[in-house]
Amino acid sequence: MFREILLKVEIMSNWVKVAPLEDIQRLGARVVRTLDSEGKAVEIGVFRLEDDRIFAINNSCPHKGGPLSEGIVYGDKIACPMHSWKISLVDGKAEEPDVGQTACFKTKVESGIVYLELKDK
Amino acid sequence: MQKMKLVVVGNGMAGMRTVEELLKIAPDIYDITVFGDEPYPNYNRIMLSPVLANEQTIDDIILNTREWYAEKNIQLYTNARINKIDRKNRIVYAEDGASAEYDRLLIATGSKPFMPPIPGKELAGVIGYRDIKDTNEMIDAAKVHKHAVVIGGGLLGLEAANGLRIQGMDVTVVHKNEWLLEKQLDQTAGRMLQKSLEAKGLKFLLNKNTEQLHSDDKGRVKAARFSDGLEIPADLVVMAVGIRPNFALAESAGIYCNRGIVVNDTMQTYDPRVYAVGECVAHRGISYGLVAPLFEMAKVCATHLGNFGIGLYKGSVTSTKLKVTGIDLFSAGDFSGGEDTEEIVLHDAVGGVYKKLVIKNDKIIGSVLYGDTTDGSWYFQMLRDGKAIHEIRDHLMFGQDSLGNTGHQGQDKAAAMTNEMEVCGCNGVCKGTIVKAIQDQGLFTIDDVKKQTKAGSSCGSCVGLVEQILASTLGGGYAPPSTSKAICGCSDKNHEEVRAEIRTNKYLNIPDAMKGMAWRTPNGCATCRPALNYYLLSTWPHEAVDDPQSRFINERVHANIQKDGTYSVIPRMYGGVTTPNQLRKIADVADKYAVPMVKVTGGQRIDLLGVKKEDLVGMWKDLDMPSGYAYAKGIRTVKTCVGSEFCRFGTQNSTQMGIDIEKAFDHMWAPHKVKFAVSGCPRNCAESGIKDVGIIGVDSGWEIYVGGNGGIKTEAAQFLCKVKGHDDVLEYSGAFIQIYREEARYLDRTVHWIGRVGLEYVKQRVIEDAEGRKAAYERLLFALQGAVDPWAERVQKRELQKEFEVISI
Repeated sequence: MFREILLKVEIMSNWVKVAPLEDIQRLGARVVRTLDSEGKAVEIGVFRLEDDRIFAINNSCPHKGGPLSEGIVYGDKIACPMHSWKISLVDGKAEEPDVGQTACFKTKVESGIVYLELKDK
Repeated sequence: MQKMKLVVVGNGMAGMRTVEELLKIAPDIYDITVFGDEPYPNYNRIMLSPVLANEQTIDDIILNTREWYAEKNIQLYTNARINKIDRKNRIVYAEDGASAEYDRLLIATGSKPFMPPIPGKELAGVIGYRDIKDTNEMIDAAKVHKHAVVIGGGLLGLEAANGLRIQGMDVTVVHKNEWLLEKQLDQTAGRMLQKSLEAKGLKFLLNKNTEQLHSDDKGRVKAARFSDGLEIPADLVVMAVGIRPNFALAESAGIYCNRGIVVNDTMQTYDPRVYAVGECVAHRGISYGLVAPLFEMAKVCATHLGNFGIGLYKGSVTSTKLKVTGIDLFSAGDFSGGEDTEEIVLHDAVGGVYKKLVIKNDKIIGSVLYGDTTDGSWYFQMLRDGKAIHEIRDHLMFGQDSLGNTGHQGQDKAAAMTNEMEVCGCNGVCKGTIVKAIQDQGLFTIDDVKKQTKAGSSCGSCVGLVEQILASTLGGGYAPPSTSKAICGCSDKNHEEVRAEIRTNKYLNIPDAMKGMAWRTPNGCATCRPALNYYLLSTWPHEAVDDPQSRFINERVHANIQKDGTYSVIPRMYGGVTTPNQLRKIADVADKYAVPMVKVTGGQRIDLLGVKKEDLVGMWKDLDMPSGYAYAKGIRTVKTCVGSEFCRFGTQNSTQMGIDIEKAFDHMWAPHKVKFAVSGCPRNCAESGIKDVGIIGVDSGWEIYVGGNGGIKTEAAQFLCKVKGHDDVLEYSGAFIQIYREEARYLDRTVHWIGRVGLEYVKQRVIEDAEGRKAAYERLLFALQGAVDPWAERVQKRELQKEFEVISI
C-alpha cells in the first residue's frame, strides 16, 4: 500500500528533458511525440512565448483536432492553423464564443534546458 | 491594486454597449455600478415596435439578463433614477436614497419623447413612445379602447400606428407635412408608402395641425381637434413628433450642455471625469436618435475609459429602415438633391418599386429605396466610402446582382430564402439559425454574427447575404461596417494608416512598428502580425526583417497544411512545362516517401499530397526542384496554353511568355495569392479571363487583362491595355502587380483592390504615367533581386531544419 503511493508520487514528478531552450523559436513551438499510459502515440506542442515562458499542451485543437503547434503564437495564446480557434496556452481553454479545452502539461526550464512533466505514465 | 469605480447613469443601449466594449478590452480595471430608472435589465429598445406588433415578446428583446450583470460583477440598480450628481465629492444620488461614489462617471440618459404644447397633452391616455411601459400601456389601451390617434408621421409614429392596428385599434396618423417620413423620403416614395399603409387599414390626415385634445368626464382623452375645425374620436393619443436629448441631470450638475450634453471626439464632457454617450449627447452640435451612431460612440468611449486613449468619434452618416413587416423602405444621406446634383430614378408604380439615387460629383450622396431595398446597404457603403461610380453607373440601378456566388444554391436575396435554406455552405449555417442568433443574443454587427454562428467566417462568399439578413432583422439598428476599419482589435489604425506610418517612420521590424504605432497588445495577434510582416517587407525590401513566426504555417514551412496535419508539395514547373527527367524524379520521390496521392493541379502543376512534416526537407532535397510557392500569398503559377509553337491557331508563343513571366516574378510575395495566365490566341485556352493578370496573344501583340478571379466569386478580368512586344508585357504587368503589392490591403485579391480604387486609377498609374510605370517595374525587380529558393535554403541550412523535426521522448 505504502509502496504504491510512493511509486505514484515518483511517477507524478516525472520530468522529461525536451530540448535546449534555443531549439524552440521565440513565439514558436516544437512537437514532442511520446506514448501515453496505454502506449498510444500522443503529440504535445511545446510553446515558447516572447518572454521565454514555456507552455505545453496537447497538440490537438478541441475543434477539429488541428495541430496547434503549427499556429501563430501571440500573448499567451495560440491561433489554430485550421480554423483560427484561439486556445489559451495557460489553461488550454478555447476563447469565447468557442467552447472546448485541451489538456495542459507542466514545464520548467533549468540551465537552459526545457523539461516537460509527463504524468499518468 | 485598488480598482477604480465606474458609475453608469442609464441602463439603456448606449450605456451598456459602452460597458460591454469596455469589458472586452479592459475587464479588470473598474468596479462598475449601473443605475437605470426602468424596472428592467438592459433591453433592445429598437425592437419595441415588433413587440407592439406581436412579433416578439419583452423576453425576446432583453439584451443582458440580471444573471449577466451578476456574472460580470456589475452592481445594477433598477427603478433607480439618479437625481443628483455631486461632482465635487464624486457621488451620485438616486431618488430612492441610494448613492454611489465614482472615479469615472458615464452618463447615458438617452432621450425622451417631445410632447408638443397642445392643450390637453396632460390627459390620461396621452403618451409618448419610448419604453416598455409605453408599449404595455398601448397594448392595454387596445384591449378596451377603439380609436387611436398617432401624432407624427415619422418612423416611430408609423411603427406605433402599425402596432396599434395589429392590436386591433382603429388608427389615424396625423402629420403636419405634405407626405409621410419627409425626413427620410421624397414625395413619390412617401405617397407609395402611404398607399400601402392605407391598404393595411391605417388612416392618414396630412397637412394637419392638432389644436386641442378634449377629455371625457373622467379626465381621459376623448377627441382630437385640428386647426381646420375637424374633430375625430381619440381614446389613445401617441405623441411621436420627435425626441429631445435627456440632459437635465447633467445640466443640473453644472456640466456644459447645449441641446444635449456637449462632448468632444473622445465622448468626454467638460468635466474630464465624466463621459457621456448616446442620445443624450450633442456631438459637434448633432444629437443622434438612431442606434448605429450610439454603438460607434460606445466603442470610442470604451477605449478612453479603458485607458487606451486612442479612438475618436467623428460623427456618423445614418441610414434608416422602417420596421413594418411587409414594407421595405430604405433611405440614406441627402436624397432631395439640389442644383448641382443628378438623379437616377426607377419608378414602377404598379409593381410598387421606387428607387432613387442622388449623385453629386460622381459620388452617391443619397438614396431612397421603396419596395425593393436589397441593395440599400450596398448603396450606403458606397455613399460612406465616397466611391466614384462612373464605371458602374450603367448598372448601378440594377443592384449588386452578384452577391450570391457559390455555396448557397445561387441565392442572392436573403428575403427570398426560407429559414431552412443554407446561407453559409462552409459551416452549414441556415438562415433561421442566423436570424435566431441575431434576436436571441442581441447581435448588431457582421463580426458578431460571424463569431456566434460562424456564418461567413470561412470563405466569406456569403457575407453579403448575412449582411442582408442582419439588416432586415435589425431594421434601423443596423450599421454597415466602415471600410476604413481597424486592422484588428490590437490597434485602431486601419490598413492604409499602418502602411503610411511604416513608410514615414521607416519601421523595419514588427516590434518597432508595434511600439511606434502604440499597439495595445504585446505582440499582436494572428490577424495583424501576418499583415504587418507583409507591409514591412513590401515597403522596405532587403531592409525589413522577415519574421517567420508572423507568417501562417504554410508560408513558414513552405508547404500547404492539409486537414489531417500533413502537407502538400508542389514543385515549380515554369509555365507548366516539364521534362521526362523531372517527371521521373517526382515519381521516384513519390515512391520513396509513400506519397498517398499524386494529383495535377488547376494551375498545371503536380501536387504530392499527404506528406509528413518531418519528411518535407528530405523530399525537397531528393526532388532538387525549386518551390512552386503553391502555399504563398504571392506568385503562384503562370498557366499557359500550347501557343504558336505547336497549336495551329496560335498567334503568339504563349508558353515561352509564361515561362519568362514566371521566372521574372518568381519568389514574389503579395497581399494575397497572384495567378497569371497566358493564352496564345483569343480562344483563350489558358483561361486568362479569370486570373489576376491574364494575357492574351493576338496577331498584333498582347492584350492584358487584370483583376480576374475564378474563386468564390467568379470575376471576369477587365481589359487594361494592349501592348506590342514581349518586354512590354513584363513591364506593364509587372508595374500593375507592384502597385497592387504596395497599395492593396493584406488579403485583398487584385479584384478587391481594383474594386476599391477603380480601374481608371489603375489605368492612370500603369498606362498614362509612363515614368511611374517604369519606376514601379524597377521597384519590383529590385525587390526580387537575389531572392533565394526557400526549399534549397532549408536543405542547405541545418538551423532551419530544426522546426521540421519531431522530438521523440
